[in-house]
Amino acid sequence: MGRIEEVLTGSKSPVFIGFTVAGDPDKTTCVRIARALIAGGTDILELGVPFSDPVADGPTIQKADERALGAKTTPATVFAIVREIRTESDVPIVLLTYYNIVYRRGIERFYREAHDAGVDGILIADMPVEESDEVCNIASRRDIAPIFLISQTTSDKRIKKIAAKARGYLYLVAVLGVTGVRDEVSGRAIDLLNRVRRHTSLPLAIGFGISTPEQAQIWARAGADGVIVGSAIVEIVERNLKDPDAMERELKEYVTDMKKALIRDHLP
Amino acid sequence: MTKKGRYGKYGGQYVSETLMSALIELESAYTNVSTDPQFASDLTALQAEYAGRETPLTFCPNASGKLGCKIYLKREDLVHGGSHKLNNTLGQALLAKRMGKKRLIAETGAGQHGVATAIVGAALGIPVEVYMGEVDMRRQALNVFRMELMGAKVIPVRCGTRTLKDAINEALRDWVANVRDTYYLIGSVVGPHPYPLMVRNFQSVIGREAREQVIRKERRLPDAVVACVGGGSNAIGIFYPFLSDDVELIGVEAGGKGINTGKHSATLCAGDAGVLHGTLSYLLQDEQGQVLPTHSISAGLDYPGVGPEHAMLKDNRRVTYAAVNDPEVLDAFRFLSRTEGIIPALESAHAVAYVMQNTERFDKDDIVIINLSGRGDKDVAEVAAMKVCA
Repeated sequence: MGRIEEVLTGSKSPVFIGFTVAGDPDKTTCVRIARALIAGGTDILELGVPFSDPVADGPTIQKADERALGAKTTPATVFAIVREIRTESDVPIVLLTYYNIVYRRGIERFYREAHDAGVDGILIADMPVEESDEVCNIASRRDIAPIFLISQTTSDKRIKKIAAKARGYLYLVAVLGVTGVRDEVSGRAIDLLNRVRRHTSLPLAIGFGISTPEQAQIWARAGADGVIVGSAIVEIVERNLKDPDAMERELKEYVTDMKKALIRDHLP
Repeated sequence: MTKKGRYGKYGGQYVSETLMSALIELESAYTNVSTDPQFASDLTALQAEYAGRETPLTFCPNASGKLGCKIYLKREDLVHGGSHKLNNTLGQALLAKRMGKKRLIAETGAGQHGVATAIVGAALGIPVEVYMGEVDMRRQALNVFRMELMGAKVIPVRCGTRTLKDAINEALRDWVANVRDTYYLIGSVVGPHPYPLMVRNFQSVIGREAREQVIRKERRLPDAVVACVGGGSNAIGIFYPFLSDDVELIGVEAGGKGINTGKHSATLCAGDAGVLHGTLSYLLQDEQGQVLPTHSISAGLDYPGVGPEHAMLKDNRRVTYAAVNDPEVLDAFRFLSRTEGIIPALESAHAVAYVMQNTERFDKDDIVIINLSGRGDKDVAEVAAMKVCA
């Protein structure tokens, strides 16, 4: 059993999946950010590989990508960050990337390096299941879980196709649109969770637009196995660029609060 | 096409999951209309009565004398709106209407595709919003005014390079958020399947007409067909019906300040395989796969990607791709204006410049068709400001 599965099967409450952009604002600070997220109780760490044209992301993460690229972050930097986290933590690590980064490095090489660094799963934001045969074969040889997105617009037929290829967990997209903090949780997203549940026994993690403990509780009650928070974390990073100590403190407190909200016994 | 949406190894559908259902819906709707005689006759009627097709194939006696071969211009500058872009927007807007979509979004570089989308929006009664880079809005202020005059909303894009690439990024983000009732009307043979196929088919009317016209006038096929390539829609439109003929096809990219300076948009000449905006094709990128900033004097060619079918046609050598630089383009802009009284778009002037730079390749009796994809009125103010046309 891989690290992702161990965490998900071992937890009675929904897990907290925290995202930050690798190399944002620079390599050293990013490792401190990861440490703070883990110290706060992050169960699975998602690291975004910065890309010049992140079309699935909103302005918050796009700016983080620009900061990371400005600090000359490359896939090699990302793997170095993963290795550094691995020296002190067994938290499952999932990379979120766009396909051109993988394609350019060579799929085989990217997955080998990712595996060697200690990566557990990879999600390619612009890789639908139809295009994923080669990537999934290589991922499986390297023991890396291919993680896929499922959206409100995904048909039942495609949910089955995706569930058959995915490992680790399914990443359910809570909103129509790009990443970024939203105020509301839509009923349609809850319907999606229930619809996907009928087709698979894979753990279901939900992301896009989630930022508050209240929203996390809605998803915990709805039966999600995990909630994913990205932009809200990156906003804390952005707000505290000049004070990394405050950044660490605030990140740790934020994750602690979110974790508390997710404990099933505490649900109101 | 070897398999679904593929041109050799190029093409495909590299988009986020939310857009897959929209692409599947679009593909199925397009398949239905492409065999529907009613759709074909609706489109043909609009092309004739509204767009002004067929466009002439104009023989240019003065330019022919100066360049030492028989020059014909395929006059897409005379299509309503001033460029070939309307060929595509008419087709796609009719399709959007059939699909019951309530809103059209588009990206634009030079503004010609934005104008062509604004035109069909007004004519067919569908609201239009156009994403345009801030830099391009300044370079093409006239087209911004035209779009707004026809009721379209122009949304300035202030992120990244603030040109066409980022306008497409923003349009894709809009589409993801509004996918249920919005139709994304892509302006070139780029993007995920089925766009490259669909846009090529709508633009092929250029080559079908040109092929018949040249045979009618000269009783033979031309020796060469030359077109500029940004995303590549006017080029594939005129090339496609000649692909099986013994005719040299030449695509001309924007060499900008020179390929060796790094300030250019010559994707096929200087790029390599990569994935951007949903398709695997040639791409201007760095060693790590980050997309590079581009430069061209013409906003319409200022794009780091290119249509996947062109990538295949480069690899299998059916089409020759070359680049010309900004100063040569300005010479061509001036040359065609003075010798023939036809002001070409800066984009199309690239094709003219190629022939001017390569006169030794053509004999006196050689027939060369240049696709004059657009008229240059939109560029006059910008060129005048450069003070090179005095």
